Parts: sequence; structure tokens; C-alpha cells
Amino acid sequence: MNTLSNRHLTGIRDLKESDIRLILKTAEEFKEVINRPIRKVPSLRDLTIANLFFENSTRTRLSFELAEKRLSADVVNFTAANSSVKKGETLVDTVNNILAMKVDMVVMRHPHPGAPHFLKERVQTQIVNAGDGTHEHPTQALLDAYSMQERLGDLAGKRVAIVGDIRHSRVAVSNILCLQILGASVRVCGPKTLIPKHIASLGVEVSHDLDATLAWCDVANMLRIQLERQGGEDRVPYFPSLREYQARFGLTEARLSQIDHPITIMHPGPINRGVEITSAVADSEHAIILDQVENGVAVRMAVIYLLAGVR
Amino acid sequence: MDSHVLIAPELFDRIIDRLAHQLLEHHDFLETDLVGLQPRGIFLARRIQDRLKVLLPEVEVRCGALDATFHRDDFGRRQHPITPNATDMPFLVEDRRVILVDDVLYTGRTIRAGIDALMAHGRPRSVELLVMIDRRFRRELPIEPKYIGKSIDSIDEQHVRVHWSKDGMGDYVELFNRKPE
Repeated sequence: MNTLSNRHLTGIRDLKESDIRLILKTAEEFKEVINRPIRKVPSLRDLTIANLFFENSTRTRLSFELAEKRLSADVVNFTAANSSVKKGETLVDTVNNILAMKVDMVVMRHPHPGAPHFLKERVQTQIVNAGDGTHEHPTQALLDAYSMQERLGDLAGKRVAIVGDIRHSRVAVSNILCLQILGASVRVCGPKTLIPKHIASLGVEVSHDLDATLAWCDVANMLRIQLERQGGEDRVPYFPSLREYQARFGLTEARLSQIDHPITIMHPGPINRGVEITSAVADSEHAIILDQVENGVAVRMAVIYLLAGVR
Repeated sequence: MDSHVLIAPELFDRIIDRLAHQLLEHHDFLETDLVGLQPRGIFLARRIQDRLKVLLPEVEVRCGALDATFHRDDFGRRQHPITPNATDMPFLVEDRRVILVDDVLYTGRTIRAGIDALMAHGRPRSVELLVMIDRRFRRELPIEPKYIGKSIDSIDEQHVRVHWSKDGMGDYVELFNRKPE
């Protein structure tokens, strides 16, 4: 099987196990490409890709843009902050206007869950989801799986903990789905207020004890505390203070020294140093945070390359 | 399956020997590297590397594996994209003389992509082409090999396959009258 079963990537739910393995295998070859003296291949030179970011992003947008450019695609960037969206244009109109300029593929981030699904039914183009609200962030899950596999080998039977703000995290949902397909077991860990009520229906374990979770897992994926989604002054916060969060759920050297096996530490970024993870841990040999960023470009090249092949 | 053996193992071995000697007429391998094209040219490149090691014991003959999938000109024109193979180029070819190696030369398009892919690893001083089988008269690009195992005249429907044995003792070439499924 050397082609994807779907012409869009709106979520991990679009993918079968064979699709995920094909993407990870192809990403290996692209990782070699981006470490060459000339880091560019001409595969997509007749393709134009629009990056539509209706929500702020730095690393995901840069990573997609680099991936596209290293495949020799033409790239146009769009951010909602300075566009006609502010003037009241609808999503479908915005995208159709861009497509009228002959764009072949759309990479989009949107604050509303389901926006890429909505769009793929209504416009004639291929859609790659770069994060939709609190729903999915499939390329992040794929690059996380790739990075884990690079460190640990096959993920079947491996134990992965996702720690922190699960409630607001699209990374958590996509990671859970992707890791389960690859045969890993997943546990989510965080304060009760930051764990959605029915998360166990996805087949994950739930814990509120970080020390017990660290003793259980092979990999700890530390999520960022999303301060911008904690509500304003008039709302009840999800936890009493950052200091208390750090004391109960922050990953510190002291915590790591208590476990008797090595664990791999990940973080999708941007890091709140001293909150969910201390600087010493983030910069330690156990952390593969910068590998994740490097692998992100290779994995996104693989996704775009394979999708472009099923035109 | 309607097919016959084009080159039997004994002759195959003799051809490898001849190709190695032909290379030595032009190269001392102090500034020359072998680069095999994935997926199958790499087997031929390794056979020749092994032979050169015997003939030139004092020189380290280097051999890289190059995948040209991302440089092909038929992306998006095929039913499915081609799955890439590993590139293993542990050295730069900057200012080196390169012998590009593939098993079968047909339209020349793979070799064109291969030359393109090679340039991502430096600017070689020269590139020469070595193939085991040259299917003449079917070229779509002006590409000709300098070193040839055997030239054959074949029609479009036919298919040539080089079989590589594990120990290098039983390699042979088979010609099919129709492309196998």
C-alpha cells in the first residue's frame, strides 16, 4: 500500500493504521532529505498551497511553510488578523476566493472545532487540518508518534502519559487516537477541572497523581497550561494558582529522580518554563522537545507529499 | 509465465568482472565513488565494489545509495505516488568523480532524476553511467551509459528483471514477454 486512503487530513480519525505507518515511513526519508547539504526536492513544483491561519500560530505555521518550500511548492500565507474576515466575510467565501486564484491545497488552522470538516464538504480542494479549536491537531500527533518511535522503536505495548490541560488540548485528542492505533496504551493526568468528563470513553486511563503516572509510563508528554483559555477575571479559574499547579503537576528533577526507569519527555511547545516543566528537565537528555520540532517538518513533508499524490 | 534467462549466473559473474576492469582503465578510485540508484541499482554497485576491493586492495572504494523518488518527473501523473527508499550517502560528492550505477536503463527518466538527486550531495567533477542492461531504442531523454553489461533490443511490452542472490553467487537476468503482475 503506497497511497493514503483519504484525500484530506482533517483528523487522525481520517486515517487507517496503514496510512499512519505509510506517513511515518515516508517521513523517515524526508528527515534524511532535510539533513542534506541541499535540503530541497522538486516533487511539488507545480503545486500551490495556501496556509490559512484563522488563529495565531508560530511554530506550526513555520513548520508547514518550511515543509512546503522544501518540497518546492508555491506557498501563499493568510492570517485572519489582517484580512477580510474582519470585514465579515464567511469562511466559505474567503476560501473560495483564494481557490479562485488556482490553489491546489489548503492548510488551515481555525479556532472552531470542525471547521476543516465543514469546509471539505463545501469547497473543491484538499484540506490539511493544522489545528481546529479543541478538537484535533493531526500533524502534531503524527510527529509525536514519529519522535517516540525514533527513540523507543515500535510503539506497541508502550505506555504514554499525557499530562496537563487535557480539556483545552487538541494535541491530546489526536495523540490519544494515533497512539492507540499504533498499539500504545495511554493515560491522561491532570487536575480534575482540566480533564473532560467523558475522556475515559476514548479508552484511556485517567489519573490525578503525577508521581504514580510517571512510575507507570515510558513517555510523558507534558502539555502547556493554556493561560489564554483559563477565562478572564470574572470567571472561576481551573486551578487556584500557577504555584499550586506546579507543585502538583509540574515535572521537576526531584520527581524524575524518584522513578527507577528512564522516561522520554516531550512537549508540543510553547513551554511555560517553571510551570508544567522546569528548565532543567526541559533541557535534559531525557527531553526530545527539539527533535519533535525537527521531525515536524519531515512529517508534514510526508503528509503533503502523500496527499498531493492522491489528486 | 513466458520468460527466458538472458544472462545466466556464470556469465553474470564474468560481466561484473569485465565492468570492474573497464572502470579501472579510467579510474584509480582515489577520487572516484560509486553511487547506486535505489532500489535495485544498489545491488549492482555493491557487487562491483566487492570486485574492486579484490582488484584494488590498498584503496577504499566508497559506495553510496541514492533514492531519486522525490526528483522524478512523473509525480502526480501516476495512479499512486512511489514509496521512497532510503538514501544512504555517507560522503559528499563535491569535486569527486562519480560512477552512477543502475540495473536496467530504459527511458532514461530515472537516471535524469538520479543525476538531479545526486547534485543535492555536492557538485561532482564528473558523472558517468554504468548499467547492467541497456534496453536500447526506447530512450525518451538523451542519456547514454558509458559502461554496459549487455545491450538488448526489446519491445515495450517486455520486461527485464535482474535477480540478486544473497551471496552474490547466483545472480541472473530474466526477460519476460509481458510485464509480470
